[in-house]
Amino acid sequence: MREELLNIIEKNSRIDLKELAVMLGVEEIDVMNELASLEASGTICGYHTLINWENTSQEKVSALIEVRVTPQRGQGFDSIAERIYKYPEVQSLYLISGGYDLLITLEGKSLREISNFVSDKLSTLESVLSTATHFILKTYKDHGTIIGKKYDDEREMITP
Amino acid sequence: MKNPLAESVVEIKPSGIRKFFDIVSEMKDAISLGVGEPDFDTPWHIRDEGIYSLEKGRTFYTSNAGLKELKVEISNYIKRKQNIEYDYNQEVLVTVGGSEAIDIGFRAMINPGEEILIPQPSYVSYEPCAILAGAKPVIINLKAENEFRLTARELREAITDKTKLLVLPYPNNPTGAIMELEDLEAIAEVIREKDIYVMSDEIYAELVYKGKHVSIASLPGMKERTILINGFSKAYAMTGWRLGYACGPKDIIVQMTKIHQFAIMCAPTTSQYAAVEALRNGDDDVKEMCTAYNQRRRYLIHSFREMNLECFEPFGAFYVFPCIREFGMTSEEFATRFLEEEKVAVVPGTAFGDCGEGFLRMSYASSMDNLRIAMGRLNHFINRLKDEKFN
Repeated sequence: MREELLNIIEKNSRIDLKELAVMLGVEEIDVMNELASLEASGTICGYHTLINWENTSQEKVSALIEVRVTPQRGQGFDSIAERIYKYPEVQSLYLISGGYDLLITLEGKSLREISNFVSDKLSTLESVLSTATHFILKTYKDHGTIIGKKYDDEREMITP
Repeated sequence: MKNPLAESVVEIKPSGIRKFFDIVSEMKDAISLGVGEPDFDTPWHIRDEGIYSLEKGRTFYTSNAGLKELKVEISNYIKRKQNIEYDYNQEVLVTVGGSEAIDIGFRAMINPGEEILIPQPSYVSYEPCAILAGAKPVIINLKAENEFRLTARELREAITDKTKLLVLPYPNNPTGAIMELEDLEAIAEVIREKDIYVMSDEIYAELVYKGKHVSIASLPGMKERTILINGFSKAYAMTGWRLGYACGPKDIIVQMTKIHQFAIMCAPTTSQYAAVEALRNGDDDVKEMCTAYNQRRRYLIHSFREMNLECFEPFGAFYVFPCIREFGMTSEEFATRFLEEEKVAVVPGTAFGDCGEGFLRMSYASSMDNLRIAMGRLNHFINRLKDEKFN
């Protein structure tokens, strides 16, 4: 049940518990217990909503920032990563293989806000060697969901 | 002027579904549970392979019986799933959907007046195709108390000296019924004893929610008596690609290929290349879709129980077949009113044979959001009918 449960709520975390239990063919209490244990173990880390901000009046700018850093003795990348991810404007942070070490997704109100973050906060960290900032122009797909396109059922209404 | 038409064709009733379709198509905002095809798109890697084959200019005919790679993959697939060995070169024929295989299978096997046993409720084309092939269709009316399985007794009672072939439509459209190993063993005994053949339409074989599908061809002494029909429409959500296949004894496949060769030439080439990809790398897609169908199936059965609507639990395909006799109207009346008053389209059971009277086919090849709304409206409708009955 665990994997099937996770697959369902990964796509729809707002699903009704009772309905979830029916879909999985188990009792509601079992689902509640399973969810509680998944939350406690940190397997379920949070419940978020995927929002297409372009449809709102709120201005938002996002960027991907590649960062090269010098790992620190005894700490590897963890301590520099921690210094970076504590900024609330950092949406996600990954350690990656390839030409760069860290990949940040950053969200701000304006280009200026993001460039200020890079020049004032990020680049000035001692272990940061260089950064490359890529502004996101358009989101086509996020979290497995195609953005801005509504699914249209084009099937015939009745078929044998 | 001479009558331009063939009597045998004119006499065939148009599909009961067609009539209902005309009413529904007027209604743009209805929710439809009347669709007999997956709501998923064909998985992208399969579509991509089709596109790639077009880009490569693979726009030629294939050999009549189908692309060699595809026949090999079909043979491997059946070996993998059912442990039956078919020689890809002589015992596999790629057709334009399972439907073509049904048609040419009948035509290849039937002499005038021979009888084809057709259990109903079942898919709409067996009976007309049997008639067009010159056979006499003999209907076996399946029973709700048997969960619409075919019993050895029903089979035995329907067999005469003229019986040539039994159509075995499981997992079943429209009832969702399946035949498990012991059910199949019981009828296989009668089939061997009475020396008849089987056309086993296993198009929904991948969509079974209790154990695994068993093909009757895998039973002792049955491979040589069985035409196994399957295809890509339901398992891989490839209905529009029109691709199916028949596997069976060489002697029958050769004759079917002859008809196919002259009537069709070959199945669509693009679809055949896409299907190779489906069989090689599509297992996970099938599993994912099957899991989603099963969740919806549980949801519908649960909803019926909550509203006290009678329905046996079906374990195959993507249909439920609830009984609406308690409301004192025909399937067609119920379906028409449900559509007009609640804007939900379902198919009257009678579209699949007279014994479907008193039942409705609802398809769960529809999103959970749609099913949720449809069940809310069904509950509302049923309550109104019950109120009407009291007043």
